[in-house]
Amino acid sequence: MSLLTIRNLSVEFTTGSGRFRAVDSVDVDVRAGEILAIVGESGSGKSVSMLATMGLLPWTATVTADEMSFDGRDLRAMSGPERRRLVGADLSMIFQEPMSSLNPCFTVGFQIKEALRKHTDLDRKQRHARCIELFEMVGIPSPEKRLSAFPHQLSGGMNQRVMIAMAISCRPRLLIADEPTTALDVTIQAQILDLLTGLQKETGMGLILITHDMGVVAETAERVAVQYAGQKVEDQPVADLFATPHHPYTAALLAALPERATEKRLPTIPGVVPGQHDRPEGCLFSPRCKFADETCRIVPPPVQPRPLGLARCHYPLEVPEGVVPAKVEGASA
Amino acid sequence: MSATVVTAKDLGRDYEVGGGLFSEAGIVRAVAGTSFAIEAGKTLAVVGESGCGKSTLARLVTLIEEPTSGTLEIDGRSATKADWPSLRTDVQIVFQDPYGSLNLRKRVGAILEEPLKINRPKMNAKERRAAAKEMMRLVGLREEHYDRYPHMFSGGQRQRIAVARALMLEPKLLVLDEPVSALDLSIQSQILNLLNDLQERLDLAYLFISHDLSVVRHVADDIMVMYLGRPVEVGPKDEVFAAPRHPYTKALLSATPSAEPSSRRERIKLVGELPSPMNVPPGCPFAPRCWKAQDKCRAERPVLEGAPHPAACFFPEA
Repeated sequence: MSLLTIRNLSVEFTTGSGRFRAVDSVDVDVRAGEILAIVGESGSGKSVSMLATMGLLPWTATVTADEMSFDGRDLRAMSGPERRRLVGADLSMIFQEPMSSLNPCFTVGFQIKEALRKHTDLDRKQRHARCIELFEMVGIPSPEKRLSAFPHQLSGGMNQRVMIAMAISCRPRLLIADEPTTALDVTIQAQILDLLTGLQKETGMGLILITHDMGVVAETAERVAVQYAGQKVEDQPVADLFATPHHPYTAALLAALPERATEKRLPTIPGVVPGQHDRPEGCLFSPRCKFADETCRIVPPPVQPRPLGLARCHYPLEVPEGVVPAKVEGASA
Repeated sequence: MSATVVTAKDLGRDYEVGGGLFSEAGIVRAVAGTSFAIEAGKTLAVVGESGCGKSTLARLVTLIEEPTSGTLEIDGRSATKADWPSLRTDVQIVFQDPYGSLNLRKRVGAILEEPLKINRPKMNAKERRAAAKEMMRLVGLREEHYDRYPHMFSGGQRQRIAVARALMLEPKLLVLDEPVSALDLSIQSQILNLLNDLQERLDLAYLFISHDLSVVRHVADDIMVMYLGRPVEVGPKDEVFAAPRHPYTKALLSATPSAEPSSRRERIKLVGELPSPMNVPPGCPFAPRCWKAQDKCRAERPVLEGAPHPAACFFPEA
């Protein structure tokens, strides 16, 4: 049973120079106990789609979706107070940049206890005990002392752990981690990733990991969704994605990894991600794709069936025998 | 054998911190006892976690700051403060953040010509303009970009501008301080290719500072691993990656995620974090986090030595 189901989610921002579509008909499914990674470059809409799920976007954003439900409850129909009871308790998020996400005016202990005060019926003593337990869980040494520290007195790695402790304080059923390790050194990153996957196994929660680091994806995720310019272009189990990418963008991205390079010159993807004003008409990747033809430039591509990784492409790569790629009506083959 | 462009011997830099009317100032050893040499056309990569002194080293080599101990030789001449003005054109730097390192109020052309205006007083405006356009072609920018402002470019293009500016004075050594960390994966490979091409064509020496080991593995000839201001292992890239001798290097390599789902290895788990450089523990600085540490490690500091390549450890691997 799916924990989070999103169908056809779009997010548009009203900006000074017109409307900008940051997320474009994205589907997300996460089951309990599953680790889904969402990868993409900056501007691919991976953070925005998750912020929309949490209901944390500013008023300039218009969120539309055919379905958006958490554990069978419709997120779109929920009132403000109802949603606030859910967010932070059952559905919680670790934000990127711990230094700017924590409130500098309060001690970290106060900030974690605030979440517990709002969402649980623990009394003051129990909250304090739970805080210490959480700090031990995320590996913060001498928790008693650190509870009364302000964010500026802790290092980036420690603050990130505080953020994680806060996110898991009410035992969420789905945790969204937005670039949880980007600001950290590799040895600390390894500690944090082990901590997250360990917790996920222990509590059986669902985990969505937003990242741009292919190495992190390969080592932690079970399933991967690749986003490009606001659209989901591919969705596969992690081993299959790295072995047989079906979308040309995924293939090009993997080829550009320095550690996969076979010679000194790296394969590159020419051009840049389209912005607000140069969005192509057909396939969004077509201006940079080496397989693109006239059809790709004019007709938006179909979503291929599951065996082809739900690739959003007219001509998916590595088609296995017996699978017929989907075609768009009227497009010449 | 090509010419050695830069030689550092026992380079060190201390900072005085704190201290006031009633308290004594503390001393932070940002960099200590660092020696290396880079030949023309070669790349030395410096890796390490934040706070290990990588960026301070970059500032010393680019002659932004004076070392408090040791000597630096650039192009065969000793770099004392009196000689800085004549040596500075030989060393240039590219910073990590192409959004912060370019002046937003200047056109690309003006950004590129400024170093010439200051350092080549004999050049006239026409020659400068020609030189800037030539350089733009070299780094893959188009001629019409000459009159544009930095905000009109993407991150990758801006990093090309930063590289072009660094090359205007025909330096022999380019210091690259995390040149691709702020860029997206698809852009990162473009810039790495550009740096590679430029090195081949202009026979540049690179001091490449990075924390991303997969990038370092791709670009470096030699590697220096730093921990708390001191090199702990120095050697040719292939040797260091295949057979790391210092436990810290080993841990660093095992912690770097690899983009092959089939090769999930056992990670070495390091406990704790980098100690504060204000009170470096006596003995080996890595001892508090090391799984092999013994009493000797906590009492004495190991020196950088040994074969096949030097490592600062009493009980090196292999």
